[in-house]
Amino acid sequence: MEHYNMNLTLKVWKQKNAETGGKFETYKVSNISSEMSFLEMFDVLNEQLIREGKEPIAFDHDCREGICGMCSMYINGRPHGPWHGTTTCQLHMRAFKDGDTIVVEPWRANAFPVVKDLIVDRSAFDRIIQAGGYVSVNTGNAQDGNSIPIPKENADKAFAAAACIGCGACVAACKNSSALLFLSAKVSHLALLPQGEAERKERALNMIAQMDKEGFGSCTNTGACEAVCPKEIEITNIARLNREYVAAGWASDTKKH
Amino acid sequence: MLDSKIPAGKLEDKWTDYKGHCKLVNPANKRKLEVIVIGTGLAGASAAAALGEQGYQVKAFCFQDSPRRAHSIAAQGGINAAKNYQNDGDSVFRLFYDTIKGGDYRAREANVHRLAEVSVNIIDQCVAQGVPFAREYGGLLNNRSFGGVQVKRTFYAAGQTGQQLLIGAYQALERQVALGNVKMYNRHEMQDVVMIDGKARGIIARNLINGQLERFFGHAVILASGGYGNVFYLSTNAMGSNVTAAWRAHKKGAHFANPCFTQIHPTCIPVSGDHQSKLTLMSESLRNDGRIWVPKKQNDSRKANEIPEEERDYYLERRYPAFGNLVPRDVASRAAKERCDAGYGVGTTKQAVYLDFKYNLINKYGKAEANKHGIQNPDTETLIRLGKEVVKEEYGNLFDMYEKITGENPYEVPMRIYPAVHYTMGGLWVDYDLMTSVKGLFCLGEANFSDHGANRLGASALMQGLADGYFVIPYTLGNYLADEISVKPIPTTDRAFVETEAKVNERINRLMSIQGTQTVESFHKRLGKIMWDKCGMARNEQGLKEAIQEIRDLRADFWKNVRIPGGIHEMNPELDKASRVADFLELGELMCMDALERNESCGGHFREESQTPDGEALRHDDQYMYVSAWKLNGEHSWELEKEPLNYEVIKPTQRNYK
Ligand SMILES: Cc1cc2nc3c(=O)[nH]c(=O)nc-3n(C[C@H](O)[C@H](O)[C@H](O)COP(=O)(O)OP(=O)(O)OC[C@H]3O[C@@H](n4cnc5c(N)ncnc54)[C@H](O)[C@@H]3O)c2cc1C
Ligand code: SF4
Ligand code: FES
Repeated sequence: MEHYNMNLTLKVWKQKNAETGGKFETYKVSNISSEMSFLEMFDVLNEQLIREGKEPIAFDHDCREGICGMCSMYINGRPHGPWHGTTTCQLHMRAFKDGDTIVVEPWRANAFPVVKDLIVDRSAFDRIIQAGGYVSVNTGNAQDGNSIPIPKENADKAFAAAACIGCGACVAACKNSSALLFLSAKVSHLALLPQGEAERKERALNMIAQMDKEGFGSCTNTGACEAVCPKEIEITNIARLNREYVAAGWASDTKKH
Repeated sequence: MLDSKIPAGKLEDKWTDYKGHCKLVNPANKRKLEVIVIGTGLAGASAAAALGEQGYQVKAFCFQDSPRRAHSIAAQGGINAAKNYQNDGDSVFRLFYDTIKGGDYRAREANVHRLAEVSVNIIDQCVAQGVPFAREYGGLLNNRSFGGVQVKRTFYAAGQTGQQLLIGAYQALERQVALGNVKMYNRHEMQDVVMIDGKARGIIARNLINGQLERFFGHAVILASGGYGNVFYLSTNAMGSNVTAAWRAHKKGAHFANPCFTQIHPTCIPVSGDHQSKLTLMSESLRNDGRIWVPKKQNDSRKANEIPEEERDYYLERRYPAFGNLVPRDVASRAAKERCDAGYGVGTTKQAVYLDFKYNLINKYGKAEANKHGIQNPDTETLIRLGKEVVKEEYGNLFDMYEKITGENPYEVPMRIYPAVHYTMGGLWVDYDLMTSVKGLFCLGEANFSDHGANRLGASALMQGLADGYFVIPYTLGNYLADEISVKPIPTTDRAFVETEAKVNERINRLMSIQGTQTVESFHKRLGKIMWDKCGMARNEQGLKEAIQEIRDLRADFWKNVRIPGGIHEMNPELDKASRVADFLELGELMCMDALERNESCGGHFREESQTPDGEALRHDDQYMYVSAWKLNGEHSWELEKEPLNYEVIKPTQRNYK
C-alpha cells in the first residue's frame, strides 16, 4: 500500500457546553500521513492547538478498535465518515486526499444533547436497556450451559444482533432521530434465544415506551440507519421488532379485557 | 505483616469450607449497607450486579459515558472454563495447574484453585443471561484452544468475546439500576479514597462533565478499575485505561504487588509511525490457525508470497515442537524479539514477523469443507475459497480490522505482527478475600495482582474478572460487612470527606497553575519510551537504574513545564489526562524498582542476567519465591514486604514447552 502525506482543512463544530450555542471553526493541518487513523489526525490537531495556546477539540473515544462505541463524529454529512461498516476510530486517512476539506459535527438528535464540542450525551440508550434489555436471572442459579442446545443458526443470528456497540450512529443518520435500529438489535438478540423467551412481550413494549419517552422520533423505514451502522446491524431486525411489538400489544390487550 | 488469610485445609476444599463458614449479612441488614464499586468492566459490572441482586445499596462509577464501554469490551479471543465439554482431559485441577505453570510459579495456589473451580459457573451464568457464545451445529457450545495449554477449553463469540460478556454483565447491571439497587455514575472519575478510623469509607470523585468534586460514602469500597499497561504509552489498552484509582489507594496505604509483571503480547499490529496513539491486538486465538515465521535469510527484502516454503523459518515450531505456535505469550514475544534483533524481521521497519493463515486455510479448513461438501480432488483455489469462509466466521472482525489499519488483506498476504504491551499481572495486593491491605478496600479484576503470577495465560483475564465479581466478592464482602452492620452511613460533611476533598482540589489546582510549554501527551510519550526501552521485554540492572533516574527527572519536568488548557470547572479531557499521567510517572518508578529488585527471570519479567544457555527465562526459586508487596513511605520511598509463596500441591519446575 502506497503511503502519502496530505494537507487538509477542517471545519469542526465547537460548543462550550449544553447551555451555550455552537459554531464551526476552521483549522488547517499539514503533513498528515495516510497511515494515520482519523482520530490520530485529531490528536495532531489538538497538540498543535495546545501549543498555540488555543482550546483543543473535545471528542469521545476510548478503545480505538471499533468496539466500545464511544467515538461519534459526523464526518462530511455521514455518521462515522465515508467507509462502510466502520467506526470513526477505525476510519483511516487513506480515505482522504491532499487538499480535502473535512466537515466534522457531533451527532444531532434531541435525545442526544451536546455536552461539549463533538461530545454528546447518550445516556438515553442506557435507560432504554434499563426498561427491559436483559434476561432477569440472578447470579448463581443458572443450569449447565449445555443443557439448552440452541440451533447454530439462531445463535449466529442472535450474535449478529448483539454486535451492536450502542454508538448512536443510526439515530444520527435518521431524519426522524429514531432509535429503532439500536432497540431492535437488542430485542432481536434476546428474542432469538430461548433464555429471552419469558420476558419477550414486556421487553418489546417497555423498551419502546422508554424510547418514546426519551424523545427519539418514529421510524419511517428510510434505511439510513442500516447504511451507516458500523456493525452492519440489519434492518430486518426492525421488522422482527415490529412483529414482537404487535404480538405483545395484542397479548397485553387481551390481558386487559 | 501481610496476612493472605488463606483458609486452612486441603486445597480443593478451601473455597467450599470458606463459603460454609464465612460470616453472612441478613437481607434486612444488606439493605442498610452501602457499597461503592469503581469500574464497570467485567469485574466491576459483575460485582455491582451481583451485589445489587443481593440487596446491597450499590453506587457504581465509570469514566466513560456508559458502563458498557469499559475496556473489557475490547477483549477478543475468549474465556477459559474447566467444563471439559470436549472430553479431552480437562478438569478443574488441570486448569489450576496450567494457570500456575503459565504464571511461572509466582501465583498463590489457593486463589488460582478457586478461580478454576468457579470457572464452570461463569459459563452457565453467561449462557443464562443470553450471551451468544459460538455453537456447534448440534446446538452445543463450541471451544477453541489458547496458548500454553493442550486442551480446548476456551469459550468464545467470534473475535468479540469481551464485548458479549460485558454486554451480559452490563445488562444485569442495568437491571439492578432499574430496580433501584444500583445507582450508576457515568463520566465520574475517582480521585481518592476517604479513610475514617483506619477503614475505607468513601471516595472523592470528579464529575467529568462539569469538573465538580463530589463526595460519596460507602461501608466498603471496591476497586475494579482495570490494568495500567498505558504507563508504556503505547499498548493494546483503551486510551483511557489508567492506574489512578489503584494508585490513589496505594497512597492511602494499599500495598502494590509485583508492579513490574507486565504482559507483552506477541501478536499485535506493529507500530507504523510517530503518530501512533495505540496498538491493536490480533487475538491469540489466531495462533490456532496462523503459523508464525520469518525468512531464513537475514534482511530478506522479498515479499512474503515470493519466499518459498523451504526458505521460511517457522521458529516457534522449530524451537518448541511440543507447543509450537501455541507457546505462552511471554515465550512467543521473546522469540519474536530475538529473531528481529538478529536481523530476520520483516516489513519496512524490520520490527515484525509473519502470521500466516494460508496453510490451515487450505489444509485444515479447506479440506474439511471439501469433504463435507463431497468435493473430490479439489484444486487449491477451491480449497482456499472454502477455507476462507470458515476463517471469516471465526475471525472475520479481526481480519477486517487488520485491513482497515494496514491497508493489506490478510486473506491474501500474511499479517505482520510484533509484540506489544497488553496486560498487567501486577496490581494492588489482596488477600484471599480480595481485600487490600487497607481495611474495607477491595480490589477485583486486572487491577489486583492475584491470579496470574508472572505471566497470564490467554482467555484467563475475562475468567478472573467475572469470577471475582459474580462468585467471589458476594461471599467475601459479606464476611467483612457482617461486622459493620451497626455502622450508620457517615454524612459526607464529616471532616475526613472535607479534608480529602481539599487535598484533591489542591492537586488539581496545582496542575492547572503550572501553565508550562509542553503537552501532556509529550510527557506520556517520553515516559512510555523509557519504560519500553528499559523496563520492557528485556531488562537489566544498568538500564533499570538509568530508567529510575530518567523517570524522576521527567516527573520533575512535568510538574514544572506541563501545559493544560481550559479550566477546572468544565469538561476538560486534557486535565483528566494530565492527572492520570502524573500517576503513571510515579508508578513507572516503582515498576523499575521492582524489576531491579527481582534479579531473576520469570514469566513476562526477563532479566538479561538470568537466562538459560538457550535464552529461556531462568527462575531462582531459592531467592525469589515470593510476592513483592510494596508499601509507600513517602516521596520516592517504598518498603518491600515479601509474601512467601508456599507450593503444597504443585512442585515448581523449570517451565518447558519443548
Ligand atoms: C485488546 C484486548 C484483548 C483482550 N482479549 C482478552 C481475551 O480474549 N481473553 C481474556 O481473558 N482477556 C483478554 N484481555 C484482557 C482483559 O480484557 C482485561 O484484563 C479485562 O477485561 C479487565 O477487566 P476489568 O474489569 O478488570 O477492567 P476494565 O474492563 O479495564 O474496566 C475498568 C473500569 O474501571 C473504570 N475506571 C478506571 N479508573 C477509574 C476511576 N479512577 N474512576 C472511576 N472509574 C474508573 C473504567 O471506567 C472501567 O469501567 C484483552 C485485553 C485487551 C487490551
Ligand atoms: S445499531 Fe449500529 S449504529 Fe445503531 S447504535 Fe448499534 S452499532 Fe451503532
Ligand atoms: S473509540 Fe471505541 S469504537 Fe471508536
